[in-house]
Amino acid sequence: MIKRSFFTSKYLPYLLILPQMVVTLTFFYWPAVKGLIQSFLLSDPFGRKSTFVWFYNYIELFTDPLYLKSIFITCTFSMLVAFVSISLGLFIATMANRALKATALIRTLLIWPYAVAPAISGIMWLFLLHPSYGVVALGIKRWMGIDWNPVLYGNDAMVMIVMASAWKQISYNFVFFMAGLQAVPKSLIEAAAIDGASPLKRFWFITFPLLSPTFFFLTVMNIIYSFFETFGIIHTVTQGGPGGSTNILVYKVYQDGFVGLNLGSSAAQSVVLMTLIIVITFLQFRFVEKKVQYGG
Amino acid sequence: MVEKTPLLDFFTYTFLILGIFIVGFPIIYSLIAATLPLEDVSRVPMPLIPGDQFFVNIKEAWTRGNLGNQILNSFIMASGITAGKIAVSMIGAFSIVYFDYKFRVVAFASVFCTLMLPVEVRILPTYEMAANVLAPLQALWDLLHLDGLASWVSGHDIVVSLNWSLLDSYTGLVLPLIASATCTFLFRQFFLTVPEELCEAAKLDGASPMMFFRKILFPLSKTNIAALVVIEFVYGYNQYLWPLLVTTNPKMTTAVIGLQNLIPQADDLPEWNIALAAAILVMLPPVLVVLFMQRWFVKGLIEKEK
Repeated sequence: MIKRSFFTSKYLPYLLILPQMVVTLTFFYWPAVKGLIQSFLLSDPFGRKSTFVWFYNYIELFTDPLYLKSIFITCTFSMLVAFVSISLGLFIATMANRALKATALIRTLLIWPYAVAPAISGIMWLFLLHPSYGVVALGIKRWMGIDWNPVLYGNDAMVMIVMASAWKQISYNFVFFMAGLQAVPKSLIEAAAIDGASPLKRFWFITFPLLSPTFFFLTVMNIIYSFFETFGIIHTVTQGGPGGSTNILVYKVYQDGFVGLNLGSSAAQSVVLMTLIIVITFLQFRFVEKKVQYGG
Repeated sequence: MVEKTPLLDFFTYTFLILGIFIVGFPIIYSLIAATLPLEDVSRVPMPLIPGDQFFVNIKEAWTRGNLGNQILNSFIMASGITAGKIAVSMIGAFSIVYFDYKFRVVAFASVFCTLMLPVEVRILPTYEMAANVLAPLQALWDLLHLDGLASWVSGHDIVVSLNWSLLDSYTGLVLPLIASATCTFLFRQFFLTVPEELCEAAKLDGASPMMFFRKILFPLSKTNIAALVVIEFVYGYNQYLWPLLVTTNPKMTTAVIGLQNLIPQADDLPEWNIALAAAILVMLPPVLVVLFMQRWFVKGLIEKEK
């Protein structure tokens, strides 16, 4: 789209778009294409020689039990994170939307954890859930009678990174749910109240359906978040361990590429992730279209 | 409220306070831990009354983690990314919206497609790129066999190898993260809502495009810029993977990454008070930005994702 009235200039528009194009080409397209090419090559660790091997890297990848396990872990992880953080965010936002007093203060108190880096969230939860010093870990051990040890047990480590990742994301979900809740027309709620619908019913039959676009959007965003941005948490807290039980896909790309120097495999993994992101983005755009039709 | 429901109101506030407590708990607890001496912090459970060692711990963390240097690095990176992103995407959007030229649609489409490529999915090739930014030019040079041409022209054997590494430099930390489809998109959307009459009037008065940009479009975009400043500063400051890759020199490490060295490992003294004091200190700049610019922050967050 362009303005009805626009400027004409021979060189200026090119000059203005140039910085963006240069950065995009050098840091997005060139690496993406290079990664794609590299995923079809097999190189020795020193990067001196490489041979074209068709889909060898991909076949290796998808027959590698470790990679399949990593896919499974990533899916479990992202679904847990999305579920925990979205439900808590929705719950808190609904409550905050009902509150009439101290609304500004409440919002502030709920929003600011957004600014905490994932890695720092990881450190704090590592302390809370530390098998010897953590207070939450103590509670789990004492009241639930579980032999809690995220340093040794994979499931416990998974719970730990889910908590650290979900906690950080609550504020984000809260902001969007608040915006969604405030967009729900008051008249609808009032009409339902006059018809005798209880607050719970009003929430379930009016507010919740109207929030569904927000809900879908947040699901997508939370999954993207847990796929990629949680790298900092994994790297500071578990390093993929114990025994690869928290080795999510992004961390595996990093490990295979930078630590293991298996360039072909790492490139193939990047391509898989890229494909995944493209699929998710397309899904999201279909949803955006839907939202426009909603008229809100 | 639509009706009076004292019981529900009571539950609302109870759960709200509970919610705020859950959200705030890790930070409050870490803050308390950061004020305690070592022997208290390693007691199980740790006492919940704040101690008086806060500044001692902060000081220890500051020197041990070299935090001054690292926070400065983070700050430079975050500011660079923020300023760069906003400048680049703003003039880019201006070019796309206010000019008509052949390349326009292609430019917009190619920027738009990068929405799908976060750094995380292309780490290795982007790293190689940063290790030598001139690699594409070198490839072009080799492709055209310009070595041979140059040798032939000058009569000497000339081998050109172009090399400019961004590793361990601020440029390397900032530049690859500057291109942002979301910001360009946001500015484009905003420019499209600016009334046509403004541009017509400006043209009638004989304003040049850049004059129009400076005197009209830029002042109008101030709220958008403020919103993006908050979002991008937090984004830049909290970057993890990219700084981890491009910096190997400890002097160039950013604060969020440097924290890892302070986490007590199995055989160390359990000096969680130091680690958490450092964590609190490091998280402070973006938290303050969000707190003081909350209105812009909420606006930015919601607009950006539209």
